[in-house]
Amino acid sequence: MKKFNAFIYTLILFTAISCKKDIIEQTEGIAALNPTTTDANAENWITIYVNRDRFVVPKPLPIANPLYVAELNEIKGLQQNITKDQQKEIDYWAAGGVLRWNEIMRELVAKYNLPPYQNEDGTYPIPQLANPFAYPLFPFSNPPYAARAYAYIAAAQYDALVAAWYYKTMYKRPAPYKNTAGINAMVTPTDLPSYPSEAAVLAGTTAEMMKLLFPTEIANIEQKAASQQLSMMRAGAATRSDMLAGEALGRAVAQEFIALARNDNAKDAVGTPATWASLSNNAIAQNVTPWVSLESPKRPPMLPGFGKVKSILMSVANIEALRPGPPPTTGSAQFVKETQEVYDFVKNPSRENIRMAHYWADGVGTYSPPGHWNAIAAKDFINQNLSEVKWSRNMALLNLSMMDAAIVTWETKYHYFNARPCQVNPAIKTFTGTPNFPAYISGHSTFSAAAATVLGYLTPARATDYDNMAKEASLSRIVSGIHFRSDCEEGLKVGKKIGEFFIARGKTDGSPQ
Amino acid sequence: MEFLKKNNGKRLLMLAICGFTFIAAKAQTETDALMMKQNELCIAGVYAHNSWTNYWEGTLKRNNANIGSVTSNEYHLMGNYGIKNNLNVMFNVPYISTKASAGTLSGLHGFQDISFAVKWKPLSKKLGAGKLGVFVGGGFSTPLSNYVADFQPLSIGMGSTNFNGRLTLDYLVKRFFVTLSSAYIRRSNIEIDRTTYFTDRQIQSNQVAMPDMLQFNFGTGYRYGRTIAEVSLANMTSLSGFDIRRNDMPFPSNRMNATMLGANIKYNVAQLPALTLQAGASRVVAGRNFGQNTNINAGLLYIINFKKSKN
Repeated sequence: MKKFNAFIYTLILFTAISCKKDIIEQTEGIAALNPTTTDANAENWITIYVNRDRFVVPKPLPIANPLYVAELNEIKGLQQNITKDQQKEIDYWAAGGVLRWNEIMRELVAKYNLPPYQNEDGTYPIPQLANPFAYPLFPFSNPPYAARAYAYIAAAQYDALVAAWYYKTMYKRPAPYKNTAGINAMVTPTDLPSYPSEAAVLAGTTAEMMKLLFPTEIANIEQKAASQQLSMMRAGAATRSDMLAGEALGRAVAQEFIALARNDNAKDAVGTPATWASLSNNAIAQNVTPWVSLESPKRPPMLPGFGKVKSILMSVANIEALRPGPPPTTGSAQFVKETQEVYDFVKNPSRENIRMAHYWADGVGTYSPPGHWNAIAAKDFINQNLSEVKWSRNMALLNLSMMDAAIVTWETKYHYFNARPCQVNPAIKTFTGTPNFPAYISGHSTFSAAAATVLGYLTPARATDYDNMAKEASLSRIVSGIHFRSDCEEGLKVGKKIGEFFIARGKTDGSPQ
Repeated sequence: MEFLKKNNGKRLLMLAICGFTFIAAKAQTETDALMMKQNELCIAGVYAHNSWTNYWEGTLKRNNANIGSVTSNEYHLMGNYGIKNNLNVMFNVPYISTKASAGTLSGLHGFQDISFAVKWKPLSKKLGAGKLGVFVGGGFSTPLSNYVADFQPLSIGMGSTNFNGRLTLDYLVKRFFVTLSSAYIRRSNIEIDRTTYFTDRQIQSNQVAMPDMLQFNFGTGYRYGRTIAEVSLANMTSLSGFDIRRNDMPFPSNRMNATMLGANIKYNVAQLPALTLQAGASRVVAGRNFGQNTNINAGLLYIINFKKSKN
């Protein structure tokens, strides 16, 4: 029996050694947002679409008013016996509203980034905004959809926050903990006025935008919006009237953006069987092998009309001027050389190349390349102690640039409609899913260069790192077997130009850096 | 300590290494009731072929024309050494290559997980008309290379370091046996090449918590002389994990369950008693987040006796 016991002890020991470490996520337990400046002059920053005084926020009650005093009592009540879960919720939101909503957006994109399963007859169902809960759920948040969604949310949040800063400066109502003893500041204390609440502005804006972008998530997001506001009240950051005013302002601004988005041509981007059939003609005319779907059954190309989506800041002329010249013609020496290069990469891939391919793949079921760049940006912004309005402005510049990258990329892809390497040479096998749209120019390259250029402006100390990341993201598509070198190099060039457009914008929007 | 009294029973001991149902390349050796004698080493080379076309996306059975049939070839070098008649240690080194018959996704190949196991037989006694054997075991496996786990279903493995504890009961009446084996498999977190992934929510980490698993194996058949023939029913059940979403890719921490029916036979060559041939097949009959795999395998086993000749 001794032996048996020894054996059991050994097993227990093994089990103990293999004990799982809890996974600590990247932004779990980060400190409360602690801005080095309140950016008090952000009321003068140039908005993207909605003027700061477009919506009137009514004058708040004075702090001596009994109704306001009652609101302070509500906070005192909320602060009695705070549970662990309530504290966790406060800590979560205190890290920053723009950050948390950006993370939630990335999660939604990943959740909905699934290509619909085919119908029995080999056609594919198209997600319908009018019937979002029927399979396939609306939306299919593929990269162009995601880029646009991130951009609209970021732009709406920014405009709403500039308006909030305008009214904060106008009414100068101090934060609750400055107006009475007995309220703990469970966020970083600030001189920024609390009316209207920036947390509520973000909650209202984002929840409202869901009505257009993720209609099946309205209920879920409304709960999060309520949780943010209740948590920030409990944290002493704002009173109920601060919240009500902020939420109303956020929703009103969001409705303006929703009206804009409803008329930006995105709803026609899916195309029709007739447009799908006509796409090859231009390619053939240019002596380029026309793209065909490599999926089985053949899936219609992804959003062929997305190149016609209206940019929020760029003109149609801006967009068209960005389209690069044609890709190498089929059979040309350059074409043969580039096809061979892809083949050589995938034939015997190094582990490092597969790592690169997977690190940047951001394909089906992920937050997409724009989401990846949001994650990269957020990670750096967390360390910069930015105000909510500055966070928001930076995220808006980043995401507007990536939405335009999507528009230019898609415009170019369907203008040339060329084949991918694995279509040209079936011996080329891929290390990530082959995207169901033409090759030229590479979306990853364009997104990445636009993002890296904007981020390099916002955080100059990291400019070289961002540039290297963009180059790696671009190269990853060649070593994955899904892009030619010219797709990627041209994509990087176009992305850089788009990024520069937004640097120019950033330099003149009134915000420092 | 042998469970066969006949003289030729000794030859059967070499078969301790036989009979593989490949569940993530797990050898059945750990689950059977055979032991090598002291100082004997059995070396085996085994080939296995796996193929599936249908799979369970969550609980929904489907096929996928974008991958067609997924096939894999496995080449195992295995060993089982008798430290004592009732205490064996074993190892397995598998090389695996995968391929999809349709679509553009590349197959992968490489050395998968080296595994070591200990099998101890603390009890062997007459019970009723037959003989009962009790086996207790423990195993360890870990990747031999930094292979890609996050490219399911074409990855060659799951990438986790595993420990398992096992209990096996065997009852032999005359020439017929039943063996019941169960194991708990503890799996380490794995690290993937991306920084964020979605399960049933977004997880911002490159660490993936792998579900622990329970494994059951029921085998019955004929064991006498130079031959063992067995049919088996095996089940593996994940204790956590999530379902593949509609039309999504599989992921290492999916809740992978499978029930397999199998059969295998081993024959000890009369003309060359150190050599045994074995062959087997199995088929997944029910599953969740799992391919409906058909496995066929064949192997050669050779016994080397390190005992100084006493007779």
